[in-house]
Amino acid sequence: MRSAYRFINSREKIMKGVFLASALFSVVALATITVFLLMNGVPFIAKTGFGNFIFGTKWAPIADSPAYGIFSMIVASLYVTALSVLFGVGVGLFTAVCLYKFCPKKLASFIRQTVNLLAGIPSVIFGLFGMTVIVPFIRDYISPTGVGYGILSSSIVLGIMVLPTIVSVSLDAMNAVPGSYFEGALALGATKEEATFKVMLPAAKSGILAGVVLAIGRAIGETMAVIMVIGGSAEMPRSLFQSVRTLTANIAMGATEIKGEAEYALIATGVVLFVFTLLLNVSFSLLKRDGDGKSKKKAKVGKK
Amino acid sequence: MQQFNDKMNISVKDCRLWYNDFQALKGINMEISEKEITAFIGPSGCGKSTFLKTLNRMNDLVDGCRIEGSFIIGGIDIYAKDTDVNLLRKKVGMVFQKPNPFPMSIYDNIAFAPRTFGTKSKSVLDEIVETSLRRAGIWDEVKDRLKKSALGISGGQQQRLCIARALAADPSILLMDEPTSALDPISTGKVEDLMTELKKELTIVIVTHNMQQATRIADKTAFFYLGELIEYDRTEKLFSCPSDKRTENYITGRFG
Amino acid sequence: MKKGDRNTGRVFYTALRILSIFMTVISVISLFTIIIYLLINGCDKLSWQLLFGKYGDKPSILPAFIGTLYLVAVATLIAVPIGIFTAVYLVEYMNNKGKTVKIIRIAAETLAGIPSIVYGLFGYLVFVVTLGWGYSLLGGGITLAIMILPVIVRSTEESLLAVPDSYREGSLALGAGKVRTVFSVVLPAAASGIVTSVILAVGRVVSESAVLILTIGMVVNNLPETIMSQGTSLALDIYYFASNGYPDEASATSVVLLAVVLLLNAAANGIGRLLKKKTGEI
Repeated sequence: MRSAYRFINSREKIMKGVFLASALFSVVALATITVFLLMNGVPFIAKTGFGNFIFGTKWAPIADSPAYGIFSMIVASLYVTALSVLFGVGVGLFTAVCLYKFCPKKLASFIRQTVNLLAGIPSVIFGLFGMTVIVPFIRDYISPTGVGYGILSSSIVLGIMVLPTIVSVSLDAMNAVPGSYFEGALALGATKEEATFKVMLPAAKSGILAGVVLAIGRAIGETMAVIMVIGGSAEMPRSLFQSVRTLTANIAMGATEIKGEAEYALIATGVVLFVFTLLLNVSFSLLKRDGDGKSKKKAKVGKK
Repeated sequence: MQQFNDKMNISVKDCRLWYNDFQALKGINMEISEKEITAFIGPSGCGKSTFLKTLNRMNDLVDGCRIEGSFIIGGIDIYAKDTDVNLLRKKVGMVFQKPNPFPMSIYDNIAFAPRTFGTKSKSVLDEIVETSLRRAGIWDEVKDRLKKSALGISGGQQQRLCIARALAADPSILLMDEPTSALDPISTGKVEDLMTELKKELTIVIVTHNMQQATRIADKTAFFYLGELIEYDRTEKLFSCPSDKRTENYITGRFG
Repeated sequence: MKKGDRNTGRVFYTALRILSIFMTVISVISLFTIIIYLLINGCDKLSWQLLFGKYGDKPSILPAFIGTLYLVAVATLIAVPIGIFTAVYLVEYMNNKGKTVKIIRIAAETLAGIPSIVYGLFGYLVFVVTLGWGYSLLGGGITLAIMILPVIVRSTEESLLAVPDSYREGSLALGAGKVRTVFSVVLPAAASGIVTSVILAVGRVVSESAVLILTIGMVVNNLPETIMSQGTSLALDIYYFASNGYPDEASATSVVLLAVVLLLNAAANGIGRLLKKKTGEI
């Protein structure tokens, strides 16, 4: 409704223009970001050679004969992301299940509120915690190499950071499943546990997956928490306890290390990261649409 | 721009209305005279509310709604290109089924329309607020809490507040869409008394589900059925000896 | 099904239940550990010199306070009106339908997914290099504005959708135009949700640091003179202290930042409720 309203006086027309212009700001901003990144990053990738840049393993931007290979960083980013999301999903999904059915309502809502609050803690604080607690702990008690920095530390810190996202998205997804499913399963003789794990969890699948994709996006894009615990050597990851460098860390650390021509290497790294997040965005909206479509279908069937 | 003349009567010819492919009104012709209460009755979905809303163009807001026909109010064609919809709605006020006071103070609710049309002076606004509340018969109940939220009074009071809010725009016609269906019998009685009082100055058109209500207050009654105007006559005539079989069936409770 | 199978099934699912309770305990503990550790470790390192002193031999976070205020001011002044107007356009004018809405929505969702360090690169390219401002609080603030825009749009949209249509109908039926309806009825009715989302967006600005490394220069020891000055922020100071051998200052600054963020959260809830009370909704 409300669209066929005809505008008589000019104030209405002017304000509609203002509203439209504001709405288009997002589009313009996105276009500008894309254009600036590509304009500055792509020529550099072309000059270095796509293969050399993406699959090169040597990163030496300030050497006499500079090399700009970011393969080790791509691998490190994927490692850290995979491990942290694995940790986050493992703990977060079970937490969501527990809050959903196996926990007194009041306690559940308290935990939920705390978890939401913790989602707002600045990433640099997570980084500091990792640097002062997790890295020394791993160095002293776990690491066989005596190095605390690296993939394991980063994954733990990031895992804690993505936890709130996974808990709240999964819980929302499970709450969106009609309660009649649960009662139906109980009526068929299933226990509360069986009903939860066999019926509710699968029914909330697409919502939970969307949450996982969201968490992957956060993990791969996180910078501050990572640079404080990753170490920063541009080396191919061979162990969980070795100083490495992710794509995000490369940009942030490079920004303070290098100047001039080589700066474009950082922008090119940004382009790669940008492409990764675009892919994640697309899969997220596909998952979400899938989920919405399904629940709509269900609602229709329910009505009949 | 054309001006409304003083004689605020309504003349509708061949009103046809579609919601997308569904035709909700199938050629309505109706003359509504001023300073009378006209009631629209009929079963749910018969088009009476839809027709009411064509009179202040509230159907414009509905997606996929298409309207044909001629609508003359106070001498001007309300669907003409140069008609100011806002001015039309000021002249043709509306009260809804569910009381919908804005979430602001009682005073601000009443002052909403005058402020819309440019009244800024505090003393003028004070006077409009008091007069409107008095005309709606609710002044004594709310005069001590004008600055308090309008959501804090009872449903019946809220509905009379909404009537006062409409009166503050100084309308000549008041459209009421089942104004008492959400109210208790005592509040309903108050609103009905109020309507009888108001018709001395205003043309009132009311949609109602309650046939007793129509007989109590309406000078004329129109019976709608399946998007058509079946019968339209003096209220006593329509209820005592309806000329159409369908009207008779409806008022004797055989359907609807 | 044989009785034995049934029992193994029961045991299996009970084990899952216990596992899920265990995992919940882990989540809660790990999240609380962080806060409690930082508070214990940081509170006693707070000092007058660190908070309000002049940056000399000993570090101070006064420049960071000022820098953060500048950033919050620039980012909200830009993002709040644009974000609210965007939501008004999508909900009140387009009724969330049509091609334009789809394009705008996709753009906003994509913006929301871009990592902050990429925003940093963008801000660097546009403000530091192309416009030639060098590192500046203004450039950083504008970059942050674009970053929080999707958050404000999304939550304002939700607040607008929660406003009953009867308010809009009531206003239009009184002869008010669209603009007056939006500004006098719809936005005030949605105010509590909008204000809450704006405060939470301020929280994001305060928390952000990756963008700022590339846009405001991380100059920790100078009070910014104008909005075009280089500067630092509270979050950026933590990174600087942590990576430049001031671990105590880093912990103490974390306590300050944590307090600011928690205060903002509390304010968001409090002001939201207050506004609702004022309009009589609760």
